[in-house]
Amino acid sequence: MDLSKSRLADVIVAAPTGKIDHPNAQRLEEALAPILDELTANKGSLLLDCGHVDYISSMGLRVLMIAAKRMRSHDGRIAVAALQPAVEEIFEIARFKHVLEAFPSVRAALEVLSPAALAAYDAMTR
Amino acid sequence: MKCVRFWGTRGSLPVALTASGVRQKIIAALHGASGRSFASDKELSAYVDGLGLAASGTYGGHSPCVEIETGGPEYVLCDLGTGVRPFGQKALARHGAAAPQTYHIFMSHVHWDHIMGFPFFTPAYIPGNRIRIYGGHAVLEEALRRQQAPPSFPVDFSALRANIEFVHLEPGTQYEIAGMQVSLMLQRHGGDSYGYRFAADGKTVIYTTDSEHTLTDVAETTGYVEFFRDADLVVFDAMYSLADAISVKADWGHSSNIVGVELCQMAGARHLCLFHHEPTQSDETISRVLAETRRYEELSRTSKPLHVTAAYDGMEIQL
Repeated sequence: MDLSKSRLADVIVAAPTGKIDHPNAQRLEEALAPILDELTANKGSLLLDCGHVDYISSMGLRVLMIAAKRMRSHDGRIAVAALQPAVEEIFEIARFKHVLEAFPSVRAALEVLSPAALAAYDAMTR
Repeated sequence: MKCVRFWGTRGSLPVALTASGVRQKIIAALHGASGRSFASDKELSAYVDGLGLAASGTYGGHSPCVEIETGGPEYVLCDLGTGVRPFGQKALARHGAAAPQTYHIFMSHVHWDHIMGFPFFTPAYIPGNRIRIYGGHAVLEEALRRQQAPPSFPVDFSALRANIEFVHLEPGTQYEIAGMQVSLMLQRHGGDSYGYRFAADGKTVIYTTDSEHTLTDVAETTGYVEFFRDADLVVFDAMYSLADAISVKADWGHSSNIVGVELCQMAGARHLCLFHHEPTQSDETISRVLAETRRYEELSRTSKPLHVTAAYDGMEIQL
């Protein structure tokens, strides 16, 4: 499990890769910690680009739940995008679509989260 | 051990199928049969069987009571929810009141839904019957006596004429009871609960209800995995969705279907049986959760398949 991140205006896009199973969940939690510190200090949104995640276990989902609670306690927003079919199924089975906003793509998420971040994304991908 | 038989599978509160619920099932069955003809009762039965449990029957609504048929002459039960009432009636019908029996009853804990059937357990009123109630709680006897004390119930515990003994068990000790090796494990639940491991004849059954498995503590998880190790059957509290279990219902003392799958996979168990159904769940909802749990088992599988079922009142699982 690796986690890359990029900032687009007031949104940090974090992109984990691989399987977020029990051993990797702690690594994800540790990798997200400084991002959450930054966003909660400066009022931004977190978008998790899950396009390269092919499995997530209960422990991985717990990490996302903790991140969501932390963001919301600071009036921040958190969402997931580009869920792969298997991960989307797991979100449904775990009833996590009630916990995290899910969007079909990063761009679709940015349309909702932040016009400034969307403009930065379009400029970057143009 | 020969089989496990479920007399009560609902958690927290007994429920009953409503008139409108029955009506919906009849309408759905008739709709499905529209234009078809059935030449015999056998064909009709095959059609009804094909509808699935949610459409042709019900998961039931008795609170927890599970029988382990050991193959020996003595009865073994887990918990005394309302399911123990039909169990008692069945046992009496089989043996009659004049033939004393021995009942070994293992208690997960003494919350209401797990003890409320005992005042209606007819064999407890019959002299000559022997009832041994096992558990890890020091308040076991007090809880059962108190629920029959005025003004809660009209018949005091002292009116029970069977020979009733309370046996305190300690986690970490293996006991020989009713021809089985029995051990128990402390679980996360308000006021504590205990899970049981029963082993005999090369078969192992785990009864783990009213237990919040979080998997967040490595040592604790390892302990549960070893307790479940290579079990033939794990009867598992899967009351909530994972999202509920780790958010709005965190610390309520119950687990999810997803964690049940993961623990059983880690332990190399063969069969996970979803148990302690949320009382607000309809038959359709439980069937949906079962289908989703089977799918999650496929998605998370790394070695041998885990068989997944959902308990219903009257279900039998052959070991």
